[in-house]
Amino acid sequence: MTSIYEEFRDAIRAEEPVALATIIEGPDAGAGSDVRPHPGAASDVRPHPGAASDVRPYPGAKLLVRPDAPTLGTLGDPDLDRVVERDALGMLDAGISEVRHYGQHGEARQMDLSVFVECHARRPHMVIFGAVDFTRALASQAKLLGYRVTVCDAREVFATKRRFPMADEVVVDWPNRLLDRIGADLGPRDAVCVLTHDHKFDVPAIVGALPTRVGYLGAMGSRTTHEKRTERLREAGVTDSELERVMAPIGLDIGGRTPEETAVSIVAEIIAAHTGRQAPRLRDGQGRIH
Amino acid sequence: MDEILNDIDRWRSAGQRVAVARVVDIEGSGPRDPGAAMAVNEEGEVAGSVSGGCVEGAVVGEALELLGGRRDPGITTFGYSDDEAFAVGLTCGGTIHLFVEELNW
Repeated sequence: MTSIYEEFRDAIRAEEPVALATIIEGPDAGAGSDVRPHPGAASDVRPHPGAASDVRPYPGAKLLVRPDAPTLGTLGDPDLDRVVERDALGMLDAGISEVRHYGQHGEARQMDLSVFVECHARRPHMVIFGAVDFTRALASQAKLLGYRVTVCDAREVFATKRRFPMADEVVVDWPNRLLDRIGADLGPRDAVCVLTHDHKFDVPAIVGALPTRVGYLGAMGSRTTHEKRTERLREAGVTDSELERVMAPIGLDIGGRTPEETAVSIVAEIIAAHTGRQAPRLRDGQGRIH
Repeated sequence: MDEILNDIDRWRSAGQRVAVARVVDIEGSGPRDPGAAMAVNEEGEVAGSVSGGCVEGAVVGEALELLGGRRDPGITTFGYSDDEAFAVGLTCGGTIHLFVEELNW
């Protein structure tokens, strides 16, 4: 039988999402400033599966949570396991590793137990529509930040692996058709960047991305271009609140000009969107971009 | 954790016991995020890091204490403090909380 460590290790190596929850404090340490564990907590006593009733939560107890495979181990209480499993799946979705506090049976707003959840989320995914020069720089920048990068353009002369060797995937298709296939997999850590500069492609890309859970949706173009694009999006049935989600003009207001500088401004905006910082966005400003 | 798996496997297949220290929380500025881990074997060999090199030496000490049965698994804190309770600090002025345990799970 493989151990929790081996399952954890193998999932990390296979880049499969996995979260490892460990009780790091409790059950008697309480909520005070005492950072020492409860003495006598024996880390080598592994709860036997099925014998959870006579095991209490102790520091070092582990629960291994995976979205696509059964949960392994126990924190020493079935209700606690259930609550932490649910929370760990949410944290995995958001890519957060942190300490959470629970009661001994998983009660919220209690501090009996501190549980560290270490998340190894799948790599975030950036989908770039438009196989243009800016795409090359943005794809390279996104790779540097650990994204899996898909470049998509309906024009097969532009969308070639040879032009975008850094991309994980180059797809010749219409944006809406690609999003029909992969949209359900996009989540809060993922990004869709629309760089086509052409309403014919921009509009289906944005319309296709809006129903997904993607965390960042940006579209390139001058303010004038975006005004015209907005009209067409409205005609396509996009509401005001949906338009609020679109970062356009794309990027932070750092005066970037070249494809490489623009790529920095885009990924910086994505970082700021995740951290909730008020970096100056081009969308919120006025006047010329350059 | 990713970058220390190979060393852990090598040590374990050589019959070595291994302690793991993981960053579980940081206050203020810290060089590594929660999840950063380092492993220490019985001979004091090290893989990975939990800071920019500020506290690794002290962590080896804690890990060897643990493997030697002279301390329990649990949280160890390093950082700046007004009462100078912490002998080892981070040059960035932050505080990091590590969970130290034996890899026997």
